[in-house]
Amino acid sequence: MTIVVPTLETSRPAPARPSRRQGLDLPAILIPLIACLYVGVVILLPALSVVASAFAKGLGPFLENFQSHELLSALRLTLFATAVAVPCNVIFGLAAATAIARRQFRGKALLLSVIDLPFSISPVVVGLMLVLLYSPSHGLLGGAIESLGWKIIFSWPGIVLATIIVTFPFMAREVIPLLEEEGWEQEEAARTLGATNWQVFWKVTLPSVRWAALYGLILTTARALGEFGAVAVVSGNIEGLTQTLPLFVEDAYKNYQTELAFGAAMVLGGVAIVSLLLKILVEQVLEQDRKASRVEPEG
Amino acid sequence: MTPAPLRRWRPPALSLPSWPWRITWTYLGLILFLPLGAMLLRAAAVGPAGFWEMATTPEAIATYKVSFGLALVASVINGVFGLVVAWALVRCRFPGQRLLDALIDLPFALPTAVAGLALTAVYSTNGWLGQPLNEAFGLKVAFAAPGVTVAMVFISLPFVVRTVEPVLRSLEKEQEEASWCLGATPLQTTVRVVLPQLLPAILGGVAQGYSRAVGEYGSVVMISSNVPFRDLITPTLIIQKLEEYDFEAATVIGSVMLIFSLFSLLVINLLQVWGQRYQGDAA
Repeated sequence: MTIVVPTLETSRPAPARPSRRQGLDLPAILIPLIACLYVGVVILLPALSVVASAFAKGLGPFLENFQSHELLSALRLTLFATAVAVPCNVIFGLAAATAIARRQFRGKALLLSVIDLPFSISPVVVGLMLVLLYSPSHGLLGGAIESLGWKIIFSWPGIVLATIIVTFPFMAREVIPLLEEEGWEQEEAARTLGATNWQVFWKVTLPSVRWAALYGLILTTARALGEFGAVAVVSGNIEGLTQTLPLFVEDAYKNYQTELAFGAAMVLGGVAIVSLLLKILVEQVLEQDRKASRVEPEG
Repeated sequence: MTPAPLRRWRPPALSLPSWPWRITWTYLGLILFLPLGAMLLRAAAVGPAGFWEMATTPEAIATYKVSFGLALVASVINGVFGLVVAWALVRCRFPGQRLLDALIDLPFALPTAVAGLALTAVYSTNGWLGQPLNEAFGLKVAFAAPGVTVAMVFISLPFVVRTVEPVLRSLEKEQEEASWCLGATPLQTTVRVVLPQLLPAILGGVAQGYSRAVGEYGSVVMISSNVPFRDLITPTLIIQKLEEYDFEAATVIGSVMLIFSLFSLLVINLLQVWGQRYQGDAA
């Protein structure tokens, strides 16, 4: 193509990094300013206020919060629910991704939407669905569950189930696009060389999506630790027994135990910030990976 | 070096339901379809007349107005400012840009209960922003409808930014240059060349944020005073009904929200199909 586009004196030639230096460019100053102000008021200030309130009386009183039995048992339950829910969702996510990504079939888009469903259903409705299924008095399977001697609603299995439902799409959502992009060749090569399905998955598929999987894992874990609405419905919120850490935050705040509430919130917020940093790190690796895999087949 | 066998296409020899398929469908069945089915069965058992009656009690209607109305306000605010933030991230260079970029994701990562606590602390009448707002304008934010809106704005902010950003980045500079060459002012170029191309992404992000804001519970319940007919949202009404052991009403109102979720999923998918027209052109 040798069409020469005549550029105006004001237009910048480098599209990747438009830097406007000549004259006073009002939008170039105003737009970042408005963006920063908006994000500052809506996101940054509230986040900082949690830190400020948690450490308002210094580090000592903050650490004293962790002698509260309720807080510790809530922390334990949250960690337990996450430890069960995340591996389950990792297995499902990888299975769904390998099953769906490499195939074209009728209803693929529909199936993907179905997997996305927990993103758009209110967490409270998710909890309600579980109650209507497993509640001993009103649930569809309540009788069967009770005769088996199990307890799901107002107990840990309900909390785990609620956490699983709310977080299961993340893994599949992150891995599927990458698998679709990469294509079949490597798996085919492994298979022609005599690898079993399991070997192909373990040695070829999984390593090729490891960063996307890690990204999905981080998102799943962060969400699982913080899930509130769905757990609030099924847990019964019994202090020291079925109260997760997010529920504890609300309960403590409503009971005017402000320091405890902010202490617990600081723990959750700290985890969120760590997960955010990890996410940025993995994103950068993922971006480099993508660039590398795009260059390879051509070169 | 044996490149020959790699090139030959061989259809994957899969015994029909392979293990990944079996796991996927079993898991989806147990985790998603079973609870969904239970709720739909319970809702169907109510009967159409009873369903309509319970879905449209004045109490329920009032919560719909709060939930759907305030979520609309919140997502329109985010539609405007989300575009500004996305523009700043893609088209401008300024100090603190990396921090801004990272902060956008905070509402996704922060547990909603923590978000609710943080917003309540800042916007209550003795908070950092609540106090000046209250003194200057007599505006009560936390424990009133504006607080609910603020919480909804907080949790749905990332959606617009993150859907507009990639589209804005992939826009061809040539079109804008052509527009400038033809004598359009920067404002005209932005409004008539850039914005139409961004519109599907903006609407898609607004729809996603709206859907999320309508269903949001954790952060809203903390900043709201939860007074019926004033700032009680629909998810909180469902929980109140459950606490009163009124399972039928909870089921009916929950089904209304579920129907809305399915509908919004459809709208979001259609918007994505529409948006792909533009992305297809760019590729």
